[in-house]
Amino acid sequence: MFEVLENDTLAPNVHRLVVRAPRIAKARKPGQFVIVHPQKGGERIPLTIADADPEDGTITLFVQAIGASTLKITGTPPGSSLLDIAGPLGKETDIENWGRVVCVGGGVGTAVLYPQAKALADAGNEVTTIIGGRSAPFIILAEELGRFSREVLITTEDGSLGKQGFVTNALQELIDDPLRCPQAIFAVGPVPMMRAVCELSRPYGIKTIVSLNPIMIDGTGMCGGCRVSIAGETKFACVDGPEFDGHQVDFALLMDRLTMYRDQEARLVEDLPESLKGKITKVKK
Amino acid sequence: MKKNLSHKETMAIERVKMPEQDPRQRSRNFQEVNLGLTKQQAMREAQRCLQCKSQPCVEGCPVRVRIPEFLEAVAEDNMPLAAHILLADNTLPAVCGRVCPQEEQCEIVCVRSAKSGPVAIGYLERYVADWAMQNPDKLLKQDRPEPSGKTVAVVGSGPAGLTMAGELAHLGHQVTIFEALHETGGVLRYGIPEFRLPKDIVDAEVDRLKKIGVTIECNVIIGKTLTLDDLIRQFDAVFIGNGAGLPMMLNIEGENLKGVFSANEYLTRVNLMGAWRDDLPTPIIQGRRVVVIGGGNTAMDAVRTARRLGAERAIILYRRSEAEMPARDEEIKHAKEEGIEFILLAAPLEVLGDDKGWVNGLRCQRMKLGEPDASGRRRPQPIEGDTFLLEADVVVNAIGTRPNPLLTSTAPNLGLSAKGNIATDENGATSIPGVFAGGDIVRGGATVILAMGDGKKAAAAIDNYLRKPS
Repeated sequence: MFEVLENDTLAPNVHRLVVRAPRIAKARKPGQFVIVHPQKGGERIPLTIADADPEDGTITLFVQAIGASTLKITGTPPGSSLLDIAGPLGKETDIENWGRVVCVGGGVGTAVLYPQAKALADAGNEVTTIIGGRSAPFIILAEELGRFSREVLITTEDGSLGKQGFVTNALQELIDDPLRCPQAIFAVGPVPMMRAVCELSRPYGIKTIVSLNPIMIDGTGMCGGCRVSIAGETKFACVDGPEFDGHQVDFALLMDRLTMYRDQEARLVEDLPESLKGKITKVKK
Repeated sequence: MKKNLSHKETMAIERVKMPEQDPRQRSRNFQEVNLGLTKQQAMREAQRCLQCKSQPCVEGCPVRVRIPEFLEAVAEDNMPLAAHILLADNTLPAVCGRVCPQEEQCEIVCVRSAKSGPVAIGYLERYVADWAMQNPDKLLKQDRPEPSGKTVAVVGSGPAGLTMAGELAHLGHQVTIFEALHETGGVLRYGIPEFRLPKDIVDAEVDRLKKIGVTIECNVIIGKTLTLDDLIRQFDAVFIGNGAGLPMMLNIEGENLKGVFSANEYLTRVNLMGAWRDDLPTPIIQGRRVVVIGGGNTAMDAVRTARRLGAERAIILYRRSEAEMPARDEEIKHAKEEGIEFILLAAPLEVLGDDKGWVNGLRCQRMKLGEPDASGRRRPQPIEGDTFLLEADVVVNAIGTRPNPLLTSTAPNLGLSAKGNIATDENGATSIPGVFAGGDIVRGGATVILAMGDGKKAAAAIDNYLRKPS
């Protein structure tokens, strides 16, 4: 059992949980994830470790409620416990000193981006951060990212915060400015956003790293459900990733495979009590 | 029942038939296929044992169960004694009695094989193990061992690790098992389906280990959560039994279409995550026409699972002929009775899909058998130009597994084979003193009982290692 110590709401249906998991806290490196199995009979949900405190023995997770099992996680109050957490899994972020990097976060992906951005800044990179979201309430961690970013650019689809538009608009401006053009880009968010960032950066030959989120079960390479195609070769996101060179990712395949259980998932959500339906976010896949 | 039969009377008893669920009924449910012997059937079958001096059956058993002794106790209706003998020699008898290939091990060498068939040792093992589970109050007390003060870490709670833990606990050592998944049992839990091995049997065997003092920690991935070095520092000895793990891919076009699974994913969804149950949310694609590629026990488990999930046609596609199939005879027989179709001497060339990214068929190559290969089986060769199409809405790849590098890649001093398996001597000792290994991580894909045999042998070696004056 893993005790939840804190559970705050950051954005609509997006929660920040601090959980006691001493071994994981000690072993974890930026970019790695855990698998959370909130209750007996539930699904196994992969979640990036946003932060870890080895001394306190705690890890920080950001969770967006999008279905029955994620709702169970976000609904766990401080003092209660999550049944199983396994990790840290996956490879750590390859942190180099690129010089100037741009970190792009979309929605809850911004939380996944946070530890990478921090590690990149710690490694001496000049970090510029772009955060995108539907509207103002979905923009998270701007202040935290601002602590080590040279600048934080915000875009919202409805213009309620920052510039109206998409993260790619802000990225294009940076690329066009010789003094701000990055040597590397890190992008985490919805698959269409990551794909758009990669398509934008590809002609400029700017290295672009993305963090992939296919359907997983064990997270240790055993089941192969999370397979992705990288430069035409099949890889397992759980052990070979989750981070890959975005210019080599077959995004169409990734998006398609994410829809494998869409019908079943929709039925599960349909079965939720009316009172809970408002507590989850429907995600376009 | 008459106790002392004459030789002639003994020889006249015919081998018992295992009562089974009707094939038409069972191919639509997940309840156990084999129903188990009655007490009368068990006692009569045990009387078929001639109690021969040479005891070839014991030699044939990878964990060396004293078979004639426990059979004699069954024949004499002394179940407490039979259970006492069996449990002392085998940590997981209720599992072995269900999934061991006895026909290739203890039974094939039985002196009665030639005439009326071998004594049904497997069925009797299952009978006694189930009796022991149902009658815990009647079991003879096992002597509590003197605590040795030594600690052993076991990586993986599959058949090798559980056997290791049971053996070492009986020798007085303090054992901690680390399991990567959220439940115990390894392949017994995620791989072998409910209809062949009910999960409450696995629970009961694991509980017995906990009762004799074995500690089990789930959700700990050695190589990630803790390293092998951490275990070497914290324990007096380490046993690695983390299984084979990684699915081999077909490496053909269309393999990543929706509806194409590795057997590991397909079976894990159904078994560990409970997709077969109505009360759990785990999704699975219920194919109408399911093709499973491969000819081993895993392929049989997957195809029979597909049938039970409602497939109208569930098909095995195998590149050699039935004689070369690695699956147990019983599994092949049960599969056929359940309406599984076998397309033999054919291999997939390409997975075909529709415009929505879902699999809708396979393009296959007809094969013929050539000269024997390294495994002694005749090598399949393509018949040039002879291809055909096979309709399918679910395809399961059950061609095999390879070793998972999760642990070994973080343990640079651990000697490996060319294929990435852990290299050991005949007692399971690795290149690192105090570190032992067994099961599929050493052998590649093998069986439950061979993994258990490794666990038992390595347990003796670990006991020696721990008792050696340092």
